[in-house]
Amino acid sequence: MAAVVSSGANPYVDTSAARRPAVDAAVRRPRRSFGNPIAWLIFILGALYFIVPLVGTFFHSIRTRPDIFLAYRQVLDDPKFFGGLAYSFTVGVITIVVSLLIIVPTAYWVRLRVPRLRPVVEFVTLMPFVIPPVVLVFGLIRVYSSRPLVLTATDLGSDLVLVGAYVILSFPYMYRAVDTGLAAIDVRSLTEAAQSLGSGWTRILWRVIFPNLRTSLLSGAFLTLAIVIGEYTIANFLARTDAFGPYLSLLGRNQPYTPASVSLISFGLTWLAMIAIAFLGRGARGRVQVAGAR
Amino acid sequence: MTFLELTGVRKLFGDFVAVEDFNLATERGEFVSFLGPSGCGKTTTLRMIAGFEHPSDGSIVVDGKEITRQPPNRRNVGMVFQSYALFPNMTVADNIGFGLKVRRTPRARAREKVAELLELIHLPDKGDRYPWQLSGGQQQRVALARALAIEPQVLLLDEPLSALDAKIRVALRKEIRTIQRQLGITTVYVTHDQEEALSLSDRVVVMNEGRIEQIGAPADIYNFPATSFVASFVGTLNLIAGRVVDAAAGRLSIDGQEVRTSKPIEDARDGATVTVAIRPESVELGDGGGANRLRGPVEDVSFLGSIVRTRIGLDGGATLSLDTFNDPHLVPPNVGDVVTASFPPEATLVIGAGPAPEIDIVDVGV
Repeated sequence: MAAVVSSGANPYVDTSAARRPAVDAAVRRPRRSFGNPIAWLIFILGALYFIVPLVGTFFHSIRTRPDIFLAYRQVLDDPKFFGGLAYSFTVGVITIVVSLLIIVPTAYWVRLRVPRLRPVVEFVTLMPFVIPPVVLVFGLIRVYSSRPLVLTATDLGSDLVLVGAYVILSFPYMYRAVDTGLAAIDVRSLTEAAQSLGSGWTRILWRVIFPNLRTSLLSGAFLTLAIVIGEYTIANFLARTDAFGPYLSLLGRNQPYTPASVSLISFGLTWLAMIAIAFLGRGARGRVQVAGAR
Repeated sequence: MTFLELTGVRKLFGDFVAVEDFNLATERGEFVSFLGPSGCGKTTTLRMIAGFEHPSDGSIVVDGKEITRQPPNRRNVGMVFQSYALFPNMTVADNIGFGLKVRRTPRARAREKVAELLELIHLPDKGDRYPWQLSGGQQQRVALARALAIEPQVLLLDEPLSALDAKIRVALRKEIRTIQRQLGITTVYVTHDQEEALSLSDRVVVMNEGRIEQIGAPADIYNFPATSFVASFVGTLNLIAGRVVDAAAGRLSIDGQEVRTSKPIEDARDGATVTVAIRPESVELGDGGGANRLRGPVEDVSFLGSIVRTRIGLDGGATLSLDTFNDPHLVPPNVGDVVTASFPPEATLVIGAGPAPEIDIVDVGV
């Protein structure tokens, strides 16, 4: 009874403190919810669909006895592996540069000056999805193996045709990435602001547009690289046996376990490329705000 | 001496006439505003001065040199955009210094200039921030500094304050005017906000449907509108139908009650119906406001803060609104009271033949 009087009679005593930890804990610890079980089931099934083939491939690649990593050692000891990778990487980088030089000014000009043509350009860039690579490469071979422009007769010429074909293949990915990037910035105002400050077109593209598209360009570039490195049909028909795609195919025909190890290595390299995108795009420009108070 | 001159400027977009017969001559250091509703051609005219659009006809001359066909990067014209248009990949200092770099200004001088401008816009410690790290008002000040860095012959501002909230807008427009006066730079300002145009400008160009309606000092535009559009667009206005009794003597009849103008009525014969414009602030309750008197019942009393607006009903459905300053010691009339409103003949403007528009009071902004 006395205890009740001593604590309750004084209005300046804060008795809530004694109760607070329990209350706060209750507030801080809401009932754990694991979400919708059906959503979890779909997620787990999706993850298994993705992971099981990888695990299976890995187990297949280590079935060599007694040295379970023999397939990996064979791959890493094979100079053709790095040669093929280096060749395809070089072709990929050249493809990216050429593709950027074509796509960025085109997408920029279409958005700035002829927005009516956007559907047309989008349609054209989607053509590689409609035309199979084998049709594309036969068309290219027919055109560039006869006069007036005979390119397939030499290695350098064939490399040029290969790059040209890959540039076409990269269009859907590169155009979409660049166009999305351009949509995120106020292209017209930025261009006009730069013009009013005395800039010509080259400087506007180089100093204003390109830097603000960094993340988009990186996405387009790495998608292009991923396609080029694994591409088989066009490289094979152009007799580019140095390329990584034909090398993988050849390996699969002759050895049972090595292709699995190569697949996993190239998968790892692709993931490294994705991490590189995330890393390089991290400090791109934070947020873009072109109008309105914060 | 004329510094910026637009002569017979016309702009067509296909068949659509965006700007027609635009003529304007401004003095060096003058602050001119283009005022008008959306789609009236004010921004198109500004963009023609900047070089982003080319006139279909006419010429643009700056300091005696024709620039009509010059590309924007060859004109020495600074522009501030509604959307700020700061380069997101550059810091504030780099944004301000961009034009100086283009002009190959020596690095030390450019740094000095950027620091001066940062002081001028009261952001001396924000040089290394990125645009997205600043508030809207700060971003617009940076945009202003960037435009000023190249020491342009003409400064163009395209609705620079419309994306900002009211308080910042008022503060920033004062700042813009102070800086403009300090640098003595010829400035063209586009806005649809009459308060902005009237408070900032040496002269206002009121535009409608691609044409100039009136050019004049803010007080002239407000007090002596040349057309019914200007009268209705600038400020608050009673537009009431009246019948001309004696045009030469400036006598009219409104609601059967006689009203006089300070000068003869032109362009209307005796007996014709005309539109009479009267500013609400020129009208007083009672007999003390001037020689013209209209009597009728109070229809509504609205408290607008510093102002109390009273609406008096006239026969034929028209109403006369009058504004009085809010005085806590005065009791406003009650709805239904029959009162007399008075106003001087100078405040009675006949702005066009024909009946008044259906609206009896036009209130734009304020």
